[in-house]
Amino acid sequence: MAFLDLTNLEKIFGTNRVVKDFSLGIEKGEFVSLLGPSGCGKTTVLRMVAGFEMPTSGGISIDGQDVTDQRANQRNIGMMFQAYALFPNMTVADNVAFGLKVKGVPRAEREARVKEMLELIGLPELGTRFPFQLSGGQQQRVALARALAPRPRVLLLDEPLSALDAKVRVSLRNEIRDIQRELGITTIFVTHDQEEAMSISDRIVVMNGGIAEQVGAPFEIYNNPNTRFVAGFVGTLNMLTAKVEDAATGTVTVDGQPLRLGKPVTAAKGATVTLALRPEAIRLGRAEGREVVLPATVAEVNFLGSVIRIKARVAGTVVALDTFNRPDQPPPPLGSPTEISFAAADAIVLPD
Amino acid sequence: MKRLVAWAVLLLGCLYFLLPLIGMTEFSLKMRRGEYSFDAYARVFEDPRFWETFSYSLTLAAATIVFGVLLVVPTAYWVRLKLPQARPIIEFITLLPLVIPAIVIVFGYIRLYNTSSFLPLTGSALGTDILLTMGYATLALPYMYRAVDTGLRTIDVATLTEAAQSLGAGWFTILARIILPNVLVAVLSGAFLTLAIVIGEFTMAALLNRPAFGPFMQLLGANRAYEPPALAVIAFAITWGCMGLIQLVTRFSKHERAKA
Repeated sequence: MAFLDLTNLEKIFGTNRVVKDFSLGIEKGEFVSLLGPSGCGKTTVLRMVAGFEMPTSGGISIDGQDVTDQRANQRNIGMMFQAYALFPNMTVADNVAFGLKVKGVPRAEREARVKEMLELIGLPELGTRFPFQLSGGQQQRVALARALAPRPRVLLLDEPLSALDAKVRVSLRNEIRDIQRELGITTIFVTHDQEEAMSISDRIVVMNGGIAEQVGAPFEIYNNPNTRFVAGFVGTLNMLTAKVEDAATGTVTVDGQPLRLGKPVTAAKGATVTLALRPEAIRLGRAEGREVVLPATVAEVNFLGSVIRIKARVAGTVVALDTFNRPDQPPPPLGSPTEISFAAADAIVLPD
Repeated sequence: MKRLVAWAVLLLGCLYFLLPLIGMTEFSLKMRRGEYSFDAYARVFEDPRFWETFSYSLTLAAATIVFGVLLVVPTAYWVRLKLPQARPIIEFITLLPLVIPAIVIVFGYIRLYNTSSFLPLTGSALGTDILLTMGYATLALPYMYRAVDTGLRTIDVATLTEAAQSLGAGWFTILARIILPNVLVAVLSGAFLTLAIVIGEFTMAALLNRPAFGPFMQLLGANRAYEPPALAVIAFAITWGCMGLIQLVTRFSKHERAKA
């Protein structure tokens, strides 16, 4: 039994089944992200764990204790919100102390804990400020300190970085992860930003239409997506249509050119399957170890600095591929004929 | 040309409001023949009934404000949080006191709570005071509710509530420590409007036969010449003083500056 157990959670609003048979076990100290498009039910799952929504059926237990029927204020769970939700009438120190005050922690202990928390978030000198005197990033840090001060059993993060600008977002997400590791607190992070989820999670739950499509480590989710949705949602994918020649040996043809995938394909001979390729798996021109070579035309070049993303027309479709910037190698001109190459083993066969 | 018309209209508007005030004030100072004096004011302040009725009305205003805040803040909060679909109904109910004359309400009270009824509130002075407080709270409801509701609109009620809940707070703590302090300025403006209404209210106090300020003003107005306008100026001063206090409180509550 995991530390935080969600068993067959269901949530129905009116006639709308928002969360369907959702089960997940999270180990103590684990950082798990719920990733998915808006309306996929990820926030509803988080709100059920927090106690803000009652599951229509199913159960939630923390550390072996069933909390399904407990109210939000009985669960001892810390939460960070997208809108910061600092109490505007209180100073930073009072905000952080709020949960401790509610718990009846004595004054001296409370003050020490507030000081410790403000040092943890790197804002020890801002205790007397009011929330409106802080930047967005500072406010969200204070919100983290406030959530952590009463030593919650679980930390819930509801898109806490969405309202921040790009630079702060990256630095704060690393800070959150560092603090989470330091305290070893079990954390659920809800986001629709796949880069965010992949960069800080131990495991990711990709959600779609109220169900968990795939649960796994970021590396696994990215490289071995189980479903077409996961493949499409996480990262950029190039799709190539292939015809099955020999299902047992995994031989297919793309644009008339045979290639061996090295793993069996579950489709009949002559059927079409979709091959998915990550941009970084494709090279412009021939390259060692990439045995599949297809003729292509350069359709678009985006110079992004360290990386150049090139779109090439191949076999009636457009594929995107990434190459590293090299000062001695200018990007290819638009419309120029070229070749792309990839290793058959890098191709992911997507079930139709 | 357009500017000129605009200024002329503004001037006319100012005159419309100010002339009666100036006239009234001037008249209140003319008690002594041939010179201006504060004799009328001195008379008003010397009258023990002024202080009795004024302090009575002030006490009842305080009770009305406390009752109104206890009734309206949790109601408006709950409607915003859990029953947004009930808002039109609640707004309609809070507007009713503007439509139904006070005399109808007070006659209803007297019929319902007379000495031979199930709850003989009019049988004792305290009972009648309670009844009067309820009546005042009803009259002030449209202003109080709107003020508080507007205050609640400026904060993210749902998220703040959830944040407090996740930190272990119950409903009472949330209302007392988070919601009320954040709508304090709105509550105060509602409170001062209530004060203004209660101080000047005549119908209910007169018909329930309580020694309030409104009936005293009427009594004075019916029998004297110079004191009533002096009293009116005093009443204006109280109202404006209250408005000044709202401004002052807003200035002093630090966290409110962000909204301004």
